[in-house]
Amino acid sequence: MNAMGIVLIIVVVILSLAAAGAIYRIAAGPSLLDRVLAADVLLAIVGAALATDMAVNHHLNNLALLVSLSVIGFIGSVTVARFVSDRREEP
Amino acid sequence: MSGDAILDGLTMACLLVGALMSLAAAIGLLRFPDLMSRMHAATKPQVLGLLLMLAAVALQMRSWALLPVLLGAWIFQLLTVPVSAHMVGRAGYRTKHRRPDLLTVDELNPVVAAAAKDLAGDPEDDGGRDRGGDPAV
Repeated sequence: MNAMGIVLIIVVVILSLAAAGAIYRIAAGPSLLDRVLAADVLLAIVGAALATDMAVNHHLNNLALLVSLSVIGFIGSVTVARFVSDRREEP
Repeated sequence: MSGDAILDGLTMACLLVGALMSLAAAIGLLRFPDLMSRMHAATKPQVLGLLLMLAAVALQMRSWALLPVLLGAWIFQLLTVPVSAHMVGRAGYRTKHRRPDLLTVDELNPVVAAAAKDLAGDPEDDGGRDRGGDPAV
């Protein structure tokens, strides 16, 4: 196995751990905005995985998906943050 | 050591550091106590992580025609991430997703409180949202 393959495995493990952490934060909350933030991070991790695939396998098939992912993340978090309301008591 | 090997090494370094940025954000999301400090951690993979990953793609493809596309993708991310972070932070502050005991200085609180008092004190005033109608006031 060449060096690039080893690096690919390490990167996949690191990104999987990071995605697990972000998914835990989406599940645990405690508030809606924490979940929005964690979903944004999960989207960034998916983008990193797509870019890793492009770099290691020498193709550009994911480039349009990478750009549209950032558009979707932007629209999603702005929309939710715009309409979030206060349902909690004063801490 | 040939040029190809150096570029491959740089690519691997970019991939590893970019992946570690994602891991740092996930650890920050898990360990930090409130929304504001979690927002601080979440920016790492969105800006620096994406830059390193796109640099790895550029180093592997080695095409000048590709560079504007990758730069455009990154600059677009640079433009949208602060806007969405601002919206999330603003909504988070105003819906009390903050921990006052963790803050050293809170300069925004008097401003928000004054705005809320203005809104509550004058029922005709809708906070400047509707500028039309009622020209006598």
